[in-house]
Amino acid sequence: MGGIPHDHYEPKSKATKAINSRLPIIGLLYDTLMIPTPKNLNWMWIWGIVLTFCLAMQIVTGVVLVMHYTPHVDLAFASIEHIMRDVNGGHMIRYFHMNGASLFFIAVYAHMFRGLYYGSYKAPREITWIIGMLIYLLMMATGFLGYVLPWGQMSFHGTAVITGLFGAIPFIGEPLQTWLLGASAVGQPALNRFFSLHYLLPFLIAGLVIVHIWAFHTTGNNNPTGVEVRRGSKAEAAKDTLPFWPYFVVKDLFALGLIMTVFMAIVGFMPNYLGHPDNYIEANALVTPAHIVPEWYYLPFYAILRAFTSEVWVVQIASFVTGGIIDAKFFGVLAMFGAIAVMALAPWLDTSSVRSGRYRPMFKWWFGILVADFIFLMWLGARPAEEPYATFSLIGATYWFAYFLVILPLLGVLEKPSTPPATIEDDFNAKHGAVGAADAAQPAE
Amino acid sequence: MFKKLTTGLTLALLLATGGVHAAGGEGYVKDHAFSFEGPFGSYDQEQLRRGLKIYTEVCSSCHGMKFVPIRSLGDEGGPHLSKEEVRAYASDFIEVWDQDLNDGEGDYREAVPADHFPKGGNANAPDLSLMAKARAGFHGPAGTGINQLVKGMGGAEYIMSLLTGYTGNEKTSAGVTLYENTAYPGGWISMGPPLEDELVEFEDGHMNDLQHLSEDISAFLMWTAEPKLNDRKRAGTVGVLILGFLTLLLYLANKQLWRPIKYRKD
Repeated sequence: MGGIPHDHYEPKSKATKAINSRLPIIGLLYDTLMIPTPKNLNWMWIWGIVLTFCLAMQIVTGVVLVMHYTPHVDLAFASIEHIMRDVNGGHMIRYFHMNGASLFFIAVYAHMFRGLYYGSYKAPREITWIIGMLIYLLMMATGFLGYVLPWGQMSFHGTAVITGLFGAIPFIGEPLQTWLLGASAVGQPALNRFFSLHYLLPFLIAGLVIVHIWAFHTTGNNNPTGVEVRRGSKAEAAKDTLPFWPYFVVKDLFALGLIMTVFMAIVGFMPNYLGHPDNYIEANALVTPAHIVPEWYYLPFYAILRAFTSEVWVVQIASFVTGGIIDAKFFGVLAMFGAIAVMALAPWLDTSSVRSGRYRPMFKWWFGILVADFIFLMWLGARPAEEPYATFSLIGATYWFAYFLVILPLLGVLEKPSTPPATIEDDFNAKHGAVGAADAAQPAE
Repeated sequence: MFKKLTTGLTLALLLATGGVHAAGGEGYVKDHAFSFEGPFGSYDQEQLRRGLKIYTEVCSSCHGMKFVPIRSLGDEGGPHLSKEEVRAYASDFIEVWDQDLNDGEGDYREAVPADHFPKGGNANAPDLSLMAKARAGFHGPAGTGINQLVKGMGGAEYIMSLLTGYTGNEKTSAGVTLYENTAYPGGWISMGPPLEDELVEFEDGHMNDLQHLSEDISAFLMWTAEPKLNDRKRAGTVGVLILGFLTLLLYLANKQLWRPIKYRKD
C-alpha cells in the first residue's frame, strides 16, 4: 500500500516465508508500521494515537462494565451503584469510561481543527476526511446512547429531548420517534435498544478507523507545510520522510503519556467535574430537571439547534415558503445537522491553491475566529434559552455557516498566499538548522 | 498558534462545564473546608461515625439510603466499624421487610450486615444515598467552577448550607407548611429544620451545636455517596506518579531518538 516509494517487507526465515505466501499478514503489519511519514510533523499530529487509545480504552472498560450492568428501568441505576460500590475496582473502571468519553471528544476536536487548519481535508485526502466525519457522527451517537444507560434524571430527560428532535421532522417525525424509542415515550424498550446499539457502534467505529488509516496510508500523511512528499524514487522520498516506527511511535507515545497523566489526575481527583449532578438522581418521568443540558461535547451544536427560533427571519421565510412544513424546531434540527454537513463538505468549499493555513495570511484570521466561535457556542449551549444568549447563539451559528459556505470559497479567490517551502526536507532543515556545519557543537539540551 | 488553540479549548471546556452547574443552582451555598477535599483529602473516620449517629437518630426517621449496604459501615476509609459493631448496628437499629417468595406474605425482621439500609418511611423525603453527588455546591469564584475543579463538586457544602440555612420564617401554601431556607432553590422547603443545637449527644463529648452537627452529617452523606473516595484518590496519586515517570522516560527516549535526525551534519 501507499503511494510513497519505500522498502517493502521481505520474509527471511522459512516460517515467515510460508506464512506470508499464504496470508501476507506480516507484510501488511510491517508496511503499516513502517510507513514513510513526513518528518516535519508537529505536535498536532499526535491526536490520532490518542484517539485510537481512547477507542481501545472505551471498549475494554465498556466490556467489563457490561458484565455488571443491568439494562432494566428498575435496575439500571442500582446496577451502576453496584459497580461503584461492590465490583472490585468498579468505581475506577466506571470513572475511566465516563471521563474517557470526554477525553475522546477533546482529542477528536483537536484532530478535526488540526485538519481544518492544515488543509488535511483537501485533495487527495477527501475520503479520509469523509470517513473521519462519519466516525465523528458515530462517536456522537455512541456517546449519546451511552449517556442513557445509567438511567439518571439527565439520561432520561436528555433522551426525551434528543429523540424529540426526530419528532420535529415533518410528516414522518412522530412515527419515526416512536419507532426509535420502541414506544411512545422513553422507557424499557428504549433502554434495551440503546444498550444494544451502544455496544454495537464502537465496533463500527473501529472498522471505520481501519478504513480511515487505510485511506491516509494510501495518500500519505499531510504535514504542516501541506507540501507533498517527493515520490520520484525511494532515495528522494527518504529525504522527506522517516518510518513511522520508531520515530513517530515514540513521539506519539510520549504525548499520550503526558495526556494520560492529566487524565489520571482527573479520574482520580475530580471524576464528576465534567458530569452533571442530576444524573445521580434516578430517572423519574414525573420530575423534569430545571435545566436539561447535554454533555459538554454536544454543546456547540446544541447551541446551533436552539439558535433558530421562530423570531428569526430566515426561519420565518423558510416557514412561509414551505407553507409551515419547516417550522422553527425542524429548522433547528436541520441547522444542527447542517453544521456538521458543511464541515464534511470542506474539501469542495475550500478553493485555495495552497493547502496549509500556515501560508495563508487571511485564512489564519478567519480560522482563528472559527475556533473562538466554536468555544463561544460551547459556552452558549449551557446557558438557559433566553436573551442575550439567543442572539449570541444566532451570531455564532451564522459565523459557523458563513465560514464554510462563504469565507472558504471566497478566500481562495481573494487571498494571496505566501510560498510554501519547496520540499518537506527544506522545512525540516530550516527549523532544525541541520544543513551545513551550523551545529558543529552538540546542541545544548 | 495551536498551543494557544489547545489552551483555549481546554479553558473553554472548564468554563462551559462550570457554567452548566452555575445554571442549575439558585440558592446560596457557602464554601466549607471538608477533610476530603482536594487531591489528597480523605474522610475523617471519627466524623463519619458521628455522622452515622446523626443519620440514625434524626434523618432515618424519614429518609432512606437504599443503595448503601449496611456492611459497608465496616469498610476501611469509611466509618470502619468492627464486624461486631456492624452486626449490632444492623440488628439494633434497622428492620427490613422480608418477603416470602412463595406466597408474597412477609414480615419485618432484624437486619443483618448483608442488607441495605431501608427505603425511607416518608415518600416525600428523597433517598439520601447519593444526595451529596446529586447536588452541586459552591461554584465560584464568579461562577467559573474553578473551586469545584480543585475541591470537588460541593454536594456536601450544599447539604451543610441547607441544614444551617433556615431563617425561621414559615408560610403555608396549599395546606403545606414551607420553611424559608437560603440554600434551597426557590427559597422555600417543605422539610422543617431537622437539626438544632445539642440534638444528638456524642459519647466523647464532641461539640454538638448546629454547625458541627451539620458538618458531620454532610461529611457522612458524602461518604455514602462516594464510599471509595479514599481509594480513588490514592489510585489517582499512584497513577499520576507512575504515568508521569513513564512520560519522562518516553520524553528522554524521544529526545535521543530524534537527536541524530534533527542535528545531523551532512
